[in-house]
Amino acid sequence: MENLQPLGGKIWTKPFKVLTLLAVIGGIFIAKRFIFGIGSVTNLSDGYPWGLWIVFDVVTSTALACGGYAMAMLVYIFNKQEYHPLVRSALVASIFGYTLAGLAIFIDVGRYWQLYNVFIPPYLNVNSVMFEVASCIALYVLIMWIELSPAWFKQRYGKVPGWLNKIMFFIIAIGVLLPTMHQASLGGLMIAMGEKLSPLWQTQFIPALFLITAITLGYAMVVFESIFSANQFGRPVEMKMLSKLSRFIPFLTIAFLVLRFGVIAFNGDLGLIFRFDLAALMFVIETVLFVFPVVILWKPENRQKINNLFRAAVFFVIAGVLYRFDTFIIVFNPGHGYRYFPAFQEIMITVGIIALEIMLYMIFVKRLPIFPQVKHA
Amino acid sequence: MNLDRRDFIKVLSTGVLAAAGAEKALAAEVDRYKRSPEAVGILYDATICVGCKACEIGCKQANNLPVEHSGLDEYHGVQNIWDSAKDTSPNSYIKIKVHKDSSTAKKDQFENGYSFMRTACMHCIDPDCVSVCPTSALIKDPVTGIVSWDIDACCGCRYCQMACPYLIPKFEYDKAFPKIEKCFMCSHRVKDGGIPGCAEFCPTGATLFGKFADILEEAKKRLTLAEGAEYSYPQHTLDSGKQTPKKAAKYIQYVYGEKDGGGTQYIILSAVPFEKLGLPKLPDHSSASKSEGLQHTIYKGMIAPAVVLAGLAVAAYRSTNQEEKEG
Repeated sequence: MENLQPLGGKIWTKPFKVLTLLAVIGGIFIAKRFIFGIGSVTNLSDGYPWGLWIVFDVVTSTALACGGYAMAMLVYIFNKQEYHPLVRSALVASIFGYTLAGLAIFIDVGRYWQLYNVFIPPYLNVNSVMFEVASCIALYVLIMWIELSPAWFKQRYGKVPGWLNKIMFFIIAIGVLLPTMHQASLGGLMIAMGEKLSPLWQTQFIPALFLITAITLGYAMVVFESIFSANQFGRPVEMKMLSKLSRFIPFLTIAFLVLRFGVIAFNGDLGLIFRFDLAALMFVIETVLFVFPVVILWKPENRQKINNLFRAAVFFVIAGVLYRFDTFIIVFNPGHGYRYFPAFQEIMITVGIIALEIMLYMIFVKRLPIFPQVKHA
Repeated sequence: MNLDRRDFIKVLSTGVLAAAGAEKALAAEVDRYKRSPEAVGILYDATICVGCKACEIGCKQANNLPVEHSGLDEYHGVQNIWDSAKDTSPNSYIKIKVHKDSSTAKKDQFENGYSFMRTACMHCIDPDCVSVCPTSALIKDPVTGIVSWDIDACCGCRYCQMACPYLIPKFEYDKAFPKIEKCFMCSHRVKDGGIPGCAEFCPTGATLFGKFADILEEAKKRLTLAEGAEYSYPQHTLDSGKQTPKKAAKYIQYVYGEKDGGGTQYIILSAVPFEKLGLPKLPDHSSASKSEGLQHTIYKGMIAPAVVLAGLAVAAYRSTNQEEKEG
C-alpha cells in the first residue's frame, strides 16, 4: 500500500484569505435569509420554486462530488488496485461536496425546523423520490466520514483500529450502493414534473442518464482535481494513472449519448431538435459539449498529453453541469409567464458555500494523510 | 426433461419476467385511484360566470384571508379599497381571470371575444403534490377527496410546487416562517355539511358545489344542450332550489378534469378552448403515477438493492483483503 502523508504548509495563505472573505459575505446573506425569508435574497417564485441553490448546491455539486464514489467503484468493486493512490483525495473532495449540499438544503427549505419529518413516521413518504434522495444522501455523508476516519486515526494514534478495518469492506459496499441510488433519483425527481419539461429531457430513462453522467463527472473531476492540485501544491502529476483513467470518460459519454438519442428516437421526439426554440438550442449546445471530450480523448496517444486531459475534463464538467441546469431551470418551463435568473445575493450564498468547501479541502489535505508521498523529491 | 433444459427454461422465464417488469416500470401505474363514492367537487361553468368575483370574497371570508393589493387599485387612484391580487397567492386561494382575444366584443367565443376562468386547486384524483411530498404534508382525504396541507408536517421543500401541473400551491417567500397555502375546498365547512365559501357567494351558479358524481352528471347534461336552448342553471348546489334561467352557450364538447392528469374533482365547462384559459394539456394519467411506477418497481420489497449490496460487499471484501496482503 502506498504511503499517504499530509502536505503540510501554511493554512492562512492569500487565497485562503480571499475564500474566507467570500464565505463571510455568503454567511451574512444566509443570516438575512433566516431573518427575512427566502424571497429577501432570491428570485425564486411560485413558478420556479427550485433555483440555483437546489440545482447547483445539491443536484450539481453532489454529482461533481462523485469522484469518491466513481473511484471506490473502480478500485474496490472492479478491483483495479493501480488507481488506489487517487482514492483518498477524491474521497475528501466528495465529502465536502456532499456535506455542504446538506447545508444548502437546510438553507433552501422553508420550514427547516421540520426537516427531520422526512425521516420519521408518520410523516415519511416512501412514494416520494425526494425521500429516496434525502435518506441516501444523509446516509452517504455519514458513510464517507467513516471511510475517511482511518486518515484521522492514523494521524492521531499512529494506527487504525482493527475493528474498523474489519468492517470497512461493508462500509465501502454501502458507499457504492447509495450514490448509485440517489444520483439516479436526482434525475428521477423530474419525472413528476411531467409536461413542464421538454421531452428531449423528460424521459423514463432520466434516472439512468443522470447516473451515467454523475459517474463520468466523478472521473472528470478526479482528473481535473489531480492536475489542478498538483499544479497548486507543486507536486508531480500522476500522468500514467490519469491518462489510463481518462479513457472511461469517452466510453461512458458514448453510452450516455446512445441511450439519450435512442430513447428520444424511440419516443418519436427527434423532430423537437430541429424546432429552433430554446430547448432545441440548449440540446444542441449540450450535445456538442458532450462530444468534445470524446473527440479529444478518443485516440490513446491523445491521452498522453496533460493539456488534453485537462481540457477534456473541463469540457465534460461544463457539459454535465449544463445538462443539470437545463433539466431543472433553463428548459424547465412552468408556463404562465414565469421567468427565473438567480439574484445577486442568492449567487453570493452559493459562492460562499463553495468557498467554504475549498477552504475545508485545503485544511484537510495539509493536515491529514490524503495525498501519496512524492517519491523522488 | 433433463436438467439443462430445465435451467434453460428457468433462465428464459426469468428473462421474460424481467422484460415484463421493465415494461411495467416504464408505463404509468394505471387506475391507481378512483374517486370515492362520497367525493365532493366543484363544477365551474365559464359560460354563466359574469366575472363579479363574489366567489373570491366568499373564499376570503370563509378562510379569514386578508385583502391583497397589487398596485392595480392604486392605478385606479384608490388604495386599500378592494382586493386586487393578480393571481392566486398565499392569501388568495381562488382567482377569476378574464382571457380575451384582440377585442372583447362577445362573451364565450375566442375570436374577438373573451371568457372568464376561475383558477383554484383542482383536487386531483391522483395528485402529484401528494405523491411527491417527502413529509406527507399534502393529504388527500380518503372520503371527500379534498387535498389539504398539514402545517405540522411540511418542511418547505416546495417539491409540490414543482410537480403541480396547475401551479396551485403557493409559498410565502417573504416570511421567515413560511407556509404553503392553497384551496382546501373549505373542508372545515364541508365536514359539517356546509358548502365552500365560493359556491355560497356565487350569484349565478357558475361555481356549483356537490357530490362529484352528481356534478359530473350535471356537466354532461349541459353538453347535450343546443346553443341558445333555455336552461335553468342551479345556484350554489344542485338542490338549493335557486336557479338562474339562461340561454345555453355553444359548449366545447369536453369536461375538463374528467380525465385530465388522471382526473380532478374540480371540473370545468367552457365555450372557449381550454388551452386559451391557461389550462395545461395533460395526458389521462398523472406524472406521479409514472415516477411511482418506476420507484415501486425498482425498490419492490427492497430486494434489488439488497442483492446489489450483497454483490458489492463480496467484491469489496475480496479487494480489501488483497490490499491487506499486499500492504
